[in-house]
Amino acid sequence: MDNLQELLHGFTIAVTVPHLVLMVVGVLLGILVGVLPGLGAPNGVSLLLPLTFGMQPVSAIILLSSMYWGALFGGSVTSILFNIPGEPSSVATTFDGYPMARDGRPTTALATAFGSAAFGALVGVILITFLASWVAQAALAFGPAEYFAVYFLAFASFVGMGGAAPIKTVVALALGFAIAAIGIDTVSGSVRLTMGVDELVKGVSFVVAVMGLFGIGELLVAVEEEFHARAVSSKIDWREVFRAVGRLPRHGVALLRSAAIGCWMGITPGGPTAASFMSYGIARRFSHRGRHFGTGEVEGIVSPETADHAAGTSALLPMLSLGIPGSATAAVMMGGLMIWGLNPGPMLFVDQKDFVWGLIASMYVGNIVAVALVLLTVPVFAALMRIPFVVIAPLIVIICVVGAYSVSNSYLDVVMMLGFGVVGYLFKKLFYPLAPLVLAIVIGDKAEDAFRQSMLISKGSLGIFFANKLVTCLIVGGIALLLLPLLLQLPRLWRKPASPATDAPVQERAII
Amino acid sequence: MGRTSTFLLSAAAAVLAGTMPALSAWQPQKPIEFVATAGPGGGTDNLARAVQNIITKHKLIEQPIVVVNKGGGSGAEGYVYGKASAGDPYKVIFGTSNAWQQPLVSKVAFNYTDLTPIAAMAQDEFLLWVKQDAPYKTAGDYLKAAAAGEFKMGGAQSKDTDEVLTRMIEKAGKVKLTYIPFKSGAETAVQLAGGHLDSHVNNPSESLGQWRGSTQRPLCVFSPKRLPQGPKVTATEGWGDVPTCVEQGLDINQYEQPRTVWLPGKVTPEQAAFYVDLMKKVQATPEWKDYIEKTSQVDTFLTGAELEKFIKEDLERIKQVAGDQGWLVK
Repeated sequence: MDNLQELLHGFTIAVTVPHLVLMVVGVLLGILVGVLPGLGAPNGVSLLLPLTFGMQPVSAIILLSSMYWGALFGGSVTSILFNIPGEPSSVATTFDGYPMARDGRPTTALATAFGSAAFGALVGVILITFLASWVAQAALAFGPAEYFAVYFLAFASFVGMGGAAPIKTVVALALGFAIAAIGIDTVSGSVRLTMGVDELVKGVSFVVAVMGLFGIGELLVAVEEEFHARAVSSKIDWREVFRAVGRLPRHGVALLRSAAIGCWMGITPGGPTAASFMSYGIARRFSHRGRHFGTGEVEGIVSPETADHAAGTSALLPMLSLGIPGSATAAVMMGGLMIWGLNPGPMLFVDQKDFVWGLIASMYVGNIVAVALVLLTVPVFAALMRIPFVVIAPLIVIICVVGAYSVSNSYLDVVMMLGFGVVGYLFKKLFYPLAPLVLAIVIGDKAEDAFRQSMLISKGSLGIFFANKLVTCLIVGGIALLLLPLLLQLPRLWRKPASPATDAPVQERAII
Repeated sequence: MGRTSTFLLSAAAAVLAGTMPALSAWQPQKPIEFVATAGPGGGTDNLARAVQNIITKHKLIEQPIVVVNKGGGSGAEGYVYGKASAGDPYKVIFGTSNAWQQPLVSKVAFNYTDLTPIAAMAQDEFLLWVKQDAPYKTAGDYLKAAAAGEFKMGGAQSKDTDEVLTRMIEKAGKVKLTYIPFKSGAETAVQLAGGHLDSHVNNPSESLGQWRGSTQRPLCVFSPKRLPQGPKVTATEGWGDVPTCVEQGLDINQYEQPRTVWLPGKVTPEQAAFYVDLMKKVQATPEWKDYIEKTSQVDTFLTGAELEKFIKEDLERIKQVAGDQGWLVK
């Protein structure tokens, strides 16, 4: 009950006219940087940071966190409309969001994404409100072995189900790990796989890889397949926005499950990216329409979006209470906290009650503001889909080139992005799955670091992954998810020796 | 024109001779890029943004300043970028001692000699930290316990400042430590709080919150004398109450990490002098004092020959450790 009282006090701080104005400004700026590729939430927040040095810490964090909410929502827009994820965590949204939008239902796709994202964020905030102190303790239990186990679980939940031939999944994963290994290795400090290109020491940025693989790759396929320029005739219907949101409760199970996965990954902290992939993977396995995933399933949008926002929101908790940022944006905000003279860590909740509870209250209000603003913009964004392909295709190329360049003002990134475009095209033509590749690029090096740190601690013994209950559960869960599809196949093979080949096209389509 | 430039040159010569450091002949004519050799949110990034903020607020330059992060490859990305921008006085690189340490131990495509040193502003101190409920009260106790069983020491990055210091402790204390590298000091601090490590050597700001929250405490500081008292951190203690490591029988007199500022190579002396002067002006502002205090750093300003000397001395020390460990790459 103490927490409730504190929260009410927080509302008196957050719900004032200047702070509401800051929220609206922050959310609008956030949507803008989220929609503009290559900018993204971390960059947007760091651009705004110097402006906040003269502000009260509470006002400053409200502005920055509102921008974060806006960017999280905005990032989904380009994923759904153009297959270009603006943030690592919105990659999984493209799997079903983009097919649905191309199918002529961009309004439904966007509204569904925003609605479930808002639900995820709400669950995240409620969790922070009531379990702040407990959660802070839980996160401390995570050492390198536990981190590795979490990443392993994410890989297993996503890879195990395999729409594609298992060997192709393995190839895609291996390529992803190789790409993630480029640059300086944290554990040994040595330079790896730069192939004589000095600039590669920085590694391959996720944005560069994804813009090429998805944006350009998809474009090449489209150019080949439908040279006759076709605009998606989408009726812009205000009512559809509300209808799509109204239909969400039908997917209650998926919503709750994804929110749980998201919160858990945000806290532990596997981060929003691992959360959205894992949630998508699990939804695909357990949904009775799992086979249709990848063709524009509502649950394929609901699951990653809910988990992404639940994780993104709850990732702020370890930042405040422990000083470990759960996401890149949280890391920037933490830098801000230090400059404002606050020290993230266990004492923040004791010393800076106004700040902490003002922020938590602003999360409720800020998310409501964000979802209202973003739903209002759905028809505008959906209208973009009516633009004919001949106009939109060059635009996508420009967006990708500018986005890749702006990551670190590097021409090499543009060249690499185009290279990834060709890889993306080949993957699609040869029915290799892109998702394991992207997942390995995004969390491959983290998983590797965690594994090698564990090995340093245990002096090379794998026993460390079974050293306590927590890590054993995670590893066993991962192995189970990995083997589940095999086990499910067994009885089916037994009963129907000659399985009908009619499934094949759907499956091939579903591996995007 | 000819006459003006002769005049400028002689003015620059005067600046170089050190007679009139306040007069800078060169002035920037277009926007300036501050390159932080670290990701957003890190200590180096905070410094670059604090300096940007101070310059803008006090209108120390007419031109706008943009901060870009090039933190890939433990900062190598930013230094390589600096090297590639030789002769461009509109790129200012913010880093640490890894500008000269990294080329020693990994095959990166730059050396600190490719850059023009401007200044070392602010030094971060190092302390030996243990978990709050650890049985040892002094560095001596710690070393005794570490001699009996192998301790796990965490730190940020591999073969960087934290690991160098760890190896120095091994040598001075005659113990063996298992070094586990993490991405950042903040991550390391949390690992210690969770009991996954036995100790780390974080900077004050990286573990301040943890100390206040009673999850870990410092045993000693690697500094010739105790830190300035300042306000109390916990109910009873402040930074000044932490004994020096030498006091406690761990014979490492001094180890600190400077925050460094560089220009690309091949810039003119007057361009370099302009930025030296600019950084001095930044350091004289109350906002700078505030920044130093809030991040628990030590205010210093090394430039010119003093900075050269500092780099040489630090290099000798690192070469020693790196040589012993077999890390040297060239």
